[in-house]
Amino acid sequence: MKHLLLALAMLLPLLASATDAPSYTLTLKDHRYQPSELRVPAGTRVKLELVNRDSSPEEFESDDFPAEKIVMPNSSTSLFIGPFKPGRYRFYGDFHQPTAQGVLIVE
Amino acid sequence: MWAVALLVFREVLEAALIVSVVAAATRGVSRRGWFVGGGITLGVCGALLVALSADLLAAAFSGAGQELFNAAVLLAAVLMIGWHVLWMSSHGRELSRQMRELGSAVHSGASSLGLLLAVVALAVLREGSEVVLFLYGMRAGGAEHLVAGLAIGVVAGAALGFALYAGLLRIPMRHFFGVTNAMLVLLAAGLASTAARYLIQADLLPAWGNQLWDSSWLLGNRSLLGQTAHVLVGYDAQPAGMQMVFYALTLLALWAGARLGTGRAR
Repeated sequence: MKHLLLALAMLLPLLASATDAPSYTLTLKDHRYQPSELRVPAGTRVKLELVNRDSSPEEFESDDFPAEKIVMPNSSTSLFIGPFKPGRYRFYGDFHQPTAQGVLIVE
Repeated sequence: MWAVALLVFREVLEAALIVSVVAAATRGVSRRGWFVGGGITLGVCGALLVALSADLLAAAFSGAGQELFNAAVLLAAVLMIGWHVLWMSSHGRELSRQMRELGSAVHSGASSLGLLLAVVALAVLREGSEVVLFLYGMRAGGAEHLVAGLAIGVVAGAALGFALYAGLLRIPMRHFFGVTNAMLVLLAAGLASTAARYLIQADLLPAWGNQLWDSSWLLGNRSLLGQTAHVLVGYDAQPAGMQMVFYALTLLALWAGARLGTGRAR
């Protein structure tokens, strides 16, 4: 048991959180993301604040990077993405795909 | 209508594939139909409850409630599937012998059928709650033909589930439970990996390598085949190291446990 606790304690630094990750905001209004092109730095974990100003729920998703989060109507939430290599990464709102489209520009 | 049908189809497909594997794995067990049906009914009720309390869930644990909930549901399913696999490893041989001799349903006294009912319920609950939230939003937005879209999505998703089930039933009885057990193990490993993905997204677990590889050019996560492979064997086009750890640990634990069980049954 003691050994187990010791091993767990040694693992703790590996669980260091990304609370110091830079934060960026993406706002959904009329089922459109603002900005539709969001610039974020390469090589670092990013905290993405998702604000939903619509009266219906939306699910933030991407095929280019792991992300899947429901944002309830008139509320906000956040998730962590990255680190990314420089490039363009598309994202969308799963519930309103025709309009809710956007790109992360990583540089 | 087609946008609604497509989204509903995607969610239903994921749940239907899990239900099919579970239904096949409990082949020959009496009252199994009631258990699977009961699991689906419970899951639908649960989905409505989860959708109704989505606001609470979103605000819980300083915003990480959604990820924690998903991970908890997934890991609970992993535990239950794991338990069933271990149980089958010591009783499966006997079960398939009885089935060959009687050619019909067998009473398995201490089977883990209840656990698999819960797995069905959890799968339906998780995918169903997204469908409920989506339909709620669509209705609020005044979208038309919601019911038709919902119906098409559910029927199409369920049809693919039935196709998988029918295919599995063609496996000769000699190998049948071996195959379904292996499928359950891969399914569980995939669910564990998805749970890790949610925990990484909420920054509750480190990624240990954000993206080990990118095979989305070959098979995208959102393609029909990619999604099917995601459910059945835990395919991910851009897996994190931690997901691999969860996947491998689940495989290893169930493989070792099943071997132990088989050894004891002999």
